[in-house]
Amino acid sequence: MAEITYLEAIREALVEEMARDENVFCMGEDIGAYGGAFKVTEGLLDRFGERRVIDTPISEAGFVGAAAGAAHMGMRPVVELQFIDFISCAYDMLTNYVATARYRAFLPCPMVVRGPSGGYVRGGPFHSQNPEAAFLHTPGLKIVYPATAEDAKGLMKAAIRDEDCVLFFEHKYLYRRIKGVMPGGDHVVPIGKARTAREGTDLSIITYAATVHKALEAAERLQAEDGLSVEVIDLRSLLPMDDDAIVATVRKTHRVLIVHEDTRTGGIAGEITARINERCFEWLDAPVLRVTAHDVPLPYAPALEDFVLPQVSDIVTVARHLARY
Amino acid sequence: MDAPVDLSASLAAGVGGRRPTPVGLPVQGNYAARLTRAQKLELYRWMRLTRSLEERLVALYRQTKVVGGLFRSLGQEADACGSAYALERRDIMSPLIRNLGSMLVKGATPTEILKQYMAKGDSPTRGRELNIHFGDLDRGFVGQISHLGDMVPVMAGVALSFKLRGEDRVVLVYVGDGATSTGAFHEGINFAAVQKVPLVCIVENNGYAYSTPTEKQTAARAYVDKAPGYGIPGVVADGNDVLATYEVTRAAVDRARAGGGPTLIELVTYRRKGHAEHDNQSYVPDGEIEWWAANNDPIDRYIRWLGQHEHVTADEFAALDADVLAQIDRATDEAEASGFPEPVDCLDGIYADPPALAPHWYRDGVRSAVERNERPASWGTHDG
Repeated sequence: MAEITYLEAIREALVEEMARDENVFCMGEDIGAYGGAFKVTEGLLDRFGERRVIDTPISEAGFVGAAAGAAHMGMRPVVELQFIDFISCAYDMLTNYVATARYRAFLPCPMVVRGPSGGYVRGGPFHSQNPEAAFLHTPGLKIVYPATAEDAKGLMKAAIRDEDCVLFFEHKYLYRRIKGVMPGGDHVVPIGKARTAREGTDLSIITYAATVHKALEAAERLQAEDGLSVEVIDLRSLLPMDDDAIVATVRKTHRVLIVHEDTRTGGIAGEITARINERCFEWLDAPVLRVTAHDVPLPYAPALEDFVLPQVSDIVTVARHLARY
Repeated sequence: MDAPVDLSASLAAGVGGRRPTPVGLPVQGNYAARLTRAQKLELYRWMRLTRSLEERLVALYRQTKVVGGLFRSLGQEADACGSAYALERRDIMSPLIRNLGSMLVKGATPTEILKQYMAKGDSPTRGRELNIHFGDLDRGFVGQISHLGDMVPVMAGVALSFKLRGEDRVVLVYVGDGATSTGAFHEGINFAAVQKVPLVCIVENNGYAYSTPTEKQTAARAYVDKAPGYGIPGVVADGNDVLATYEVTRAAVDRARAGGGPTLIELVTYRRKGHAEHDNQSYVPDGEIEWWAANNDPIDRYIRWLGQHEHVTADEFAALDADVLAQIDRATDEAEASGFPEPVDCLDGIYADPPALAPHWYRDGVRSAVERNERPASWGTHDG
């Protein structure tokens, strides 16, 4: 089987699910004839027609709300946000309407809200965001953020089949840089299960999305230069989070570094740290440390963006500190 | 239909700055005229049930048996009941807080309403949501949320599903005058218009959004004037004339069903009670509420009309009213007899999978987190 990119893997999942289930349809801005800003939906219009590949007005709250209404009636909408930064325009709809529908009204809301996320691409403050933590706090939503092409496809298929709303964050830095060979058959990756990206015994790096690849690069250097055996856990799903995988790696290495690209304060690393405290504090040999973005809007200039975002060298530095602790 | 009511003298006398009710506006089609006498009496019964049920809720509220706020639709029963009466059972609507009447017409029962307000465990939302915030797709209504305007995009999506599947069904969404100022209203109507989905949107203009009057809500001459901006038809009707509200809604519903796309309807009415029971309406000009109660009560008007045109007798009205009260009495007994929800019921159904959450460990009443966490053998020795 040939390798395909992370982006092509997402498209492959969309095509397979639309072919499998006629209730699946796509909505978003410029996703039809243009194929989407990043061409994720390229070719879908030709194959499935404009009833199932719907170009919308610029109205994130409008079409996210419409997706919810269609989902109540048994449809399975997949909504593209042109950049995930614009998910804030639909924050009310997602947190107040969609997330509560099952609980307060027993209305199913099976829908996927997907979009290009993340930085390292000189996108500036409004085309680089990682807003996952803003939704982690909302019961009723699910959040996935794949790091590999295989997971991008398998999680998309799981998200479309899920009975609840899944926020599907796609890292645009990985779109064309990461490739994989898709497993054969109906490749579905279950939501809520982490993946061990690298086995190790001296310390654990818990991360997700683009920083999985930064962590793996750092782990190589730490092995080569320091003889450290570093385990890398790729969470893949943030809500629900795989607590068992987190506990298992803490009990194995006793030292934990959490890495995420999002800003620090109120970020997901804080939540993971609290869970470690509650569930396996007794197994720690050192405080849980974090490598994150600085708490600033993401600036445009390369020198500024590189300074704000976590780099491989940051992970190496903090991991060495943690190993010595 | 009704003889036009001349409001000019009253307005000149200073009963608020409300635009006169557009009584006697020409309406297209002849739907109301085709209603049978029995159907016209049924409309009366829905309006009476709405008002009497709310009066019962006031009594229960004063006994603190209604545990949250109480929202009245006094004076607006015609617009709610008449418009919902234009729907088929298979059609779906989303009511607003003053559309108790619409929900009753669409099949919600007084028992359900009472249990909702009293937060009972076997209420439609099992004590999770308040008042008339509940739905049932089988009977064709979707529960609203408090974020005004949000139901417009959602219901546009319900209508989109009908269009995509070629289903012969129509969607009706109610908003108040205040919700027309929201972004969600704009995005939803625009989406529906572009997609030409079978959606009818009713703006219930009752003069006030909480305390905010029309002139502070919009600079438009009328809410219906927003329709041309979306490229859809707009129609305004007297919201206190139940047959007029039925007429205009039915025409819009039929148009939507035939593939004609959305219509914006403004029903002009008046909110005689406060936003909720706690609201003393200090912001309302003197005499305004009293004028509407005396001169433009939708039930009084309809009683007169039915007497003149259908020769409905006082005895017939008395029998209908007694039947309504008996129904409410039975519903009250049933609602009062049912219990409150089990506390742990709050933890299920956030997701389909997992089906329920576990309570926090300190609510478990079993062991503390410290006791139940496994520890390495060296724990606490500090011998490193």
